[in-house]
Amino acid sequence: MFRRLPEIETALNAAGQTVSFTIDGRPASARAGDSVTAALLANGVTACRTTAVSGAARGPYCMMGVCYDCLVTIDGTGNRQGCQVRVAPGMAVETQNGKREVER
Amino acid sequence: MSRFDFDIAVVGSGPAGLAAAALAASKGASVVLLDEQAEPGGQIYRAVTETPVRDRKVLGPDYWHGAELLGPLRDSGAAHWPGTIVWSVARPREDAPDGHRPIQIGLSRNGSAAMLTVRHVILATGALERPFPIPGWTLPGVLGAGAAQVLLKTSGLVPSGATVMAGSGPLLWLLAWQYLQAGARIDAILDTTPKENWRAALPLLPGFLRSPYLGKGMKLMLEVRRKLTVIGNVTALRAEGAIGGDSALKSVVYTRNGTEHRLPADTLLLHHGVIPNLNLANATGCAQRWDEQQRCWRPTTDEWGATSVEGVSLAGDGAGIGGARAAEEAGRLAALDALHRLGRIGREQRDKAAAPHRAALDRALTGRAFLDTLYTPAEAFRAPADDTIVCRCEEITAGAVREAVRLGCSGPNQAKSFLRCGMGPCQGRLCGPTVTEVIAAERGVSPAEVGYYRLRPPVKPITLAELAALPKTDADIDAVFKH
Ligand SMILES: Cc1cc2nc3c(=O)[nH]c(=O)nc-3n(C[C@H](O)[C@@H](O)[C@H](O)COP(=O)(O)OP(=O)(O)OC[C@H]3O[C@@H](n4cnc5c(N)ncnc54)[C@H](O)[C@@H]3O)c2cc1C
Ligand code: FES
Repeated sequence: MFRRLPEIETALNAAGQTVSFTIDGRPASARAGDSVTAALLANGVTACRTTAVSGAARGPYCMMGVCYDCLVTIDGTGNRQGCQVRVAPGMAVETQNGKREVER
Repeated sequence: MSRFDFDIAVVGSGPAGLAAAALAASKGASVVLLDEQAEPGGQIYRAVTETPVRDRKVLGPDYWHGAELLGPLRDSGAAHWPGTIVWSVARPREDAPDGHRPIQIGLSRNGSAAMLTVRHVILATGALERPFPIPGWTLPGVLGAGAAQVLLKTSGLVPSGATVMAGSGPLLWLLAWQYLQAGARIDAILDTTPKENWRAALPLLPGFLRSPYLGKGMKLMLEVRRKLTVIGNVTALRAEGAIGGDSALKSVVYTRNGTEHRLPADTLLLHHGVIPNLNLANATGCAQRWDEQQRCWRPTTDEWGATSVEGVSLAGDGAGIGGARAAEEAGRLAALDALHRLGRIGREQRDKAAAPHRAALDRALTGRAFLDTLYTPAEAFRAPADDTIVCRCEEITAGAVREAVRLGCSGPNQAKSFLRCGMGPCQGRLCGPTVTEVIAAERGVSPAEVGYYRLRPPVKPITLAELAALPKTDADIDAVFKH
């Protein structure tokens, strides 16, 4: 579980630097500049997918683009690395089940 | 049109790449700096141009040094292409008329692939956290300490709820210190530094006493020890979810003096040091060697960072772990050598210009051997127990790897065909070192003998649609698929 440092949260809201997007259809808000994965964590979503092999839940592990555990569906495209994509206004982020290979 | 898009391509905009690109371009070479991240800085200076953490005491002065590298880059005239993934570096066979064999770089920007032709490439791809395989490390809520630090730097996020940090190494202490400055909660630090390591490290202490980081490091560690609960001599760790559930971390079980203890935890941050991110160098065909002191594979380089592949050099932690200041100086040395190889400066000029940087590099590396030796993870974490997942992508356990060894699997490449281990999207980055160690221990030989995955481009998954859209000259195809 992660939270935003309070002084940063306050500054964001004051400056209107927030982004509205959805997580599995639910409205959510993040900081402009957050990666999709950071935005999920800031909204209390620690697990973003289940694995194809055993169905186990996974969440981000490396935050630098190497582990591929942060895969999510973004605006309908599956298996995107959430930690490498910035959240954008109106973006539809979905947690995903099973699918594992990066779309080819 | 010139056959070359640029004289030099630098891959990676951490300290090594920033320094290399700025120096090479300031001497008149045409340079492009490529990085998959949207902003320069690499790992240490992540988000230095845009971090929301404006209170400078939280991330500390070493972090803010990164901002000083940006001005020289801007002034140098180097092209800077952030948001660009480099998925292959290759040298076609045929010779160019002017004697320079062109290097072709496969890259992907905004979802489309392209090839770039250059004379020389400096790989400054940095490091990644050493895999820290323990039972339950795949549970949501378990992250690398470096990963958590990325969340702090880029988004101002800190753990909430019960938080445990575990492992060893300077970065673990640095993060704990940064969390203290930020007012974040840490319930305990479980220190896994093996007691026995002190015996091996002590003879190296005199070197460390001369290290420029000694004062800073000690101060930081003492403050953390004074203010937080630090539990030493931890010999085993396990992350557990709810009973019968695997959906999220609930507790951390650790062993100390032979007894198990349990801590409730919502977040567990693991760290056992960093190792070179060598996938691109490996796939380019650069020779690599096992480094016993750092217990990792590193590409083989000379004192300028030149690799076994002509026209390809390496700088920074991607060539072996030396830290950010060393990376910066290594970047400058690689740039000077590249300028020399391209005929822009003579040998004497290169050597003269290099002298201060080499001295600074030596200073930065002073005391490294002590840290490497002290913080070598215990064997139980490098080659974990049978029930531990080692390959996160394919969910292969250490036990399965050992079983494959008994069936005749002699190294990581064979493990791929036995188990699909290392064939997932992470391309072995999270399992390679562990698979090497497990097989070596099981066979009773050194990791050097066991070897490492032989990697192929593309080093990052790119879509077939992207590949198909590439211009299809023979050289392009060669660059993508040859090796
Ligand atoms: C997560 C993490 C956090 C760290 N934090 C600190 C810290 O706070 N303090 C400290 O002293 N050390 C830290 N380190 C250690 C780190 O290795 C530093 O010593 C330093 O960042 C190394 O500099 P570098 O220039 O060699 O590489 P890096 O700074 O790692 O930069 C490498 C760059 O290359 C890019 N790259 C890699 N592969 C490709 C590719 N195929 N295509 C395009 N771009 C690519 C990456 O995106 C990255 O920006 C950290 C390491 C990690 C892994
Ligand atoms: S968290 Fe590891 S790739 Fe995104």
